[in-house]
Parts: sequence; structure tokens; C-alpha cells
Amino acid sequence: MRVVVDLNRCQAYAQCCYAAPERFVLRGDEILVYDPAPPEAERAAIDRAVLACPVRAIRVEHEPRERAA
Amino acid sequence: MRDGTIVVAGASLAALRGAEALRAGGFAGRLVLVGDEPHLPYDRPPLSKHVLTGEIAPGATTLPGVGALRAEWRLGAPAAGLDRAGRALLLAGGERLPFDRLLIATGARARPWPEAGAAALAGVHTLRGRDDAAALAAGLAARPGRVLILGAGFIGCEVASSIRALGLPVTVVDPAPSPLTAALGQVIGGFVAGRMEAAGIDLRMGAEVAHLEGGDGRVRRARLAGGGTIAADLVVVALGAVRNTEWLAGSGLDADEGGLSCDGACRALDAAGRPDDAVFAAGDVARFPHPVYDNRPVALEHWGNAVAQAAHAARAMLEGPEAAGPYAEMPAFWSSQFGLNIKSLGLTEGADAVAIVQGDPRSARFLAVYGREGRTIAAVAVNAGRWLPAYAGAIREGAPFPPITGGADQPHPDPVPPGLPAQAA
Repeated sequence: MRVVVDLNRCQAYAQCCYAAPERFVLRGDEILVYDPAPPEAERAAIDRAVLACPVRAIRVEHEPRERAA
Repeated sequence: MRDGTIVVAGASLAALRGAEALRAGGFAGRLVLVGDEPHLPYDRPPLSKHVLTGEIAPGATTLPGVGALRAEWRLGAPAAGLDRAGRALLLAGGERLPFDRLLIATGARARPWPEAGAAALAGVHTLRGRDDAAALAAGLAARPGRVLILGAGFIGCEVASSIRALGLPVTVVDPAPSPLTAALGQVIGGFVAGRMEAAGIDLRMGAEVAHLEGGDGRVRRARLAGGGTIAADLVVVALGAVRNTEWLAGSGLDADEGGLSCDGACRALDAAGRPDDAVFAAGDVARFPHPVYDNRPVALEHWGNAVAQAAHAARAMLEGPEAAGPYAEMPAFWSSQFGLNIKSLGLTEGADAVAIVQGDPRSARFLAVYGREGRTIAAVAVNAGRWLPAYAGAIREGAPFPPITGGADQPHPDPVPPGLPAQAA
């Protein structure tokens, strides 16, 4: 799984940290640290984080279908 | 345009998001992405932060969007030349890739230490790519006695923060009067300097390293221009970036180490300023006229610019430059270091005043507005990201500066000189 957060857009509402606490944490007041490659087994939690984000900053891609030529 | 061949020179953020925008816009033809690195597109911001602290593996930041692209990849194959008359991209390996449209997104690279011999010493690092981060992380794992960072811009400061978090002794040297002076000025830079020193950074502002000296093939010390040395086992050269445009030599396009000139529709310009309808540019490499700043040519090393400008270029490629209109995305970036989340909107360059209009540096939570000739041109939030979007309109409109003073939440509202470098004439 591949995850990226648009940190221009992120405003540290921390909803992802509640939805997937193993993969998203806030440092200090508003520095978001996240796992860009969480295990596929956590798909449901990551999807909840995507949906929970009020500023729509999280993007995820499951199971890449293409490899470098 | 819906069919034919589009080649993307570059395989990083702008290249990927541009290619995605082409597909989303209905392009059904052949799409080829060409990258000098052997890696699929990956995210760079973590490389100076959590990759160095060991929390994220260097190879873990491959970007979402790669899987669904239906593209051909030429990775580890740098673009080596452009035949504009023949509409073909030439690769270093000799391959000739004909195109109907070309998107140039070759980005930038770290500016190397100017002494080539010293730059090649073991223990001397730059940081731009995933492999650089892996090499630097490996060097840090050997627990060097002291790390020296040359340059107190964003990369230098973020790297200093990450390495200090590992408990290693860190010295930062920069000729400027404060960290982040070029981007934020001395007022905010001075605040950051206090945080750096509180974190235990040996901060040497106003000092310049003249030479790096080695022994047994390994860096040992830096010699300062003003006399004296700093012993260091590991050196990070963080002196900014150079745009990757050398491969365009002879193409007739207006390109130099500051970028490839393009118009508001992202079309590359030739030396006479004429747009090439088949060649576009986006991301760090693109130098474009910004309509919010009197169409001053700017080249932005911003994550958000790579995404938005690539999408704009894609629209201009598919629907034509008139349909796309002039690219006018509000410049924005973030940086995290020393427990601070720094976010910026607009461009501070040329500001003649700065006013802290919300919050208070003493609480490490504040927002500063930058003005030029009585107009608002930029805003910077420190641990106050939620306040920042509200200022986009004022920047876009060039609202009167300073904003109102005397509000309840304004301990230091009076404008002061921002301490930015003088602009080149």
C-alpha cells in the first residue's frame, strides 16, 4: 500500500491519528508523521483515515498493478 | 489531443502527477516516462526528516498513482538531448523517443561542494534523492563524533533537526545572519535560531567554510574563511539546488541553472521568447511568470507547485493554451523542524516589512504577514497552520499592508523590516 499526505493541505485535525493510530501520529502541536507504506492488512484502518480527513489530504493506492519496465 | 505519444522527461512528483492528469483528462495514447534514477516516482519531503531518524525506510516513499497509470517507463535512463525540429527526446543510452508532446519535469539536483576533490571525500554528503538519504542514514548509523552542516536553508535546518534528534553533536555554518534568511528573513529566522540553539545545535551564523579537509580519503575538518577549523566526521552540503537543464543545450530553448523558461500555459520558450507548442515544463525546473507577482519569472522548489503546475501543463497539452489559461497557483510550502511546523503562502521575496498579526513567538505559535510597498504579498504560520488559508485571498488581491492593528490577539502587530536579502537589481 502506498500513502501520501498533502501537508500543504493538512491542518492537523488528527482524525487520521484516531482512525489509524499505528500509522499516523502528530509530533508537537501539528507535525504529522505517517507511514507511507503500511501493510495491506491495515487497509480498513487506512481507508477510515482517508475518509475521516476533513481537508481531504490523504491519498492511498492499494496493490500496485504495474512495475517498472 | 487524445491520441498520439506524450513523453515525460522526468519521473518524480511533477512527472507522475502530470502523467496522471493527462490520463484523467482523457489522453488514451502512448505515455512514456523517462527518469535518470532507477526508481519509480517517490516522495522526497520525508528524506530530510523521518528517513534520517530511521522511522521511515529510504525506499518506502514510492508515490501512490504509479500503479494505474498505463505508462511505459524508462528508468535509469537520463534525458540527454532534445531534437525540437524532429520532435524527439534523446536518451543517454542512445534511444530516440519521438513525441507529439513533451513534458519536461527534470527537476533539480543538490548543488555540490565546489571543491571537487573534497566533495568526493568519504563522509561528505548532499541530500536530494532516495539513494542520498540512504547513504546519509548509513553514515549517521556509524555515530560520527560531530556532524557539520553547510547551509541553514530548509534542507540544512531539517537535516540538523533530524540528526540532533539522534543525539549526535551538530554544527551548522552559514554566512547569512540567521537561518532561513533567504526564504523567511531574519525576524522569523532569528526565532528559528533560538529553537535550534535550545535543541543543542552549535549554530555559526555569519561564518563561511572555505575548505573541507580530509585524511585517508575521509573528511576530517572544515576550515573557516575567517580562520579556525571545525572538526567533523560527517558533512552535509546543503547549499541549495541547481536545475537540471544542461541536457537542453543546443535545443534553442531558454534554459540555464535557474530553470527552463515557460509561459503561463507551461509552454517552453525559445531564446527569443517564443513558445514551442509541443514542449511543456512543470515542477522545480519550470521558470514561469507568476500573475500574482507582476508576472515576475519564478521557479519554485515546492511540492505543491509540482502537483498543480503539472496538472496545468497537462490541461494545456490536451485542450490548448487558451483553455488552460495562465497558471496562477498560490505558492505554498511547509517545513517541519525543531518541533515547529512552518507553513507559507505567497512569495516573501522583495518584502519590505513583516508584521506578526496573530499569536506570539513567545508561545511558539504565530502568524506573520509580509508586505511590499503597502501590499500583502505573503504569510508564514509557525505552529499555526489552521490560520494560514485565510490569508490566501489577501495575498492574491494584494490587500493593504499592514492589516489592522490593535486587535486583542496582537502582541507585536507593528511592521518591522523583515531582514530579507537585498534583491538583485
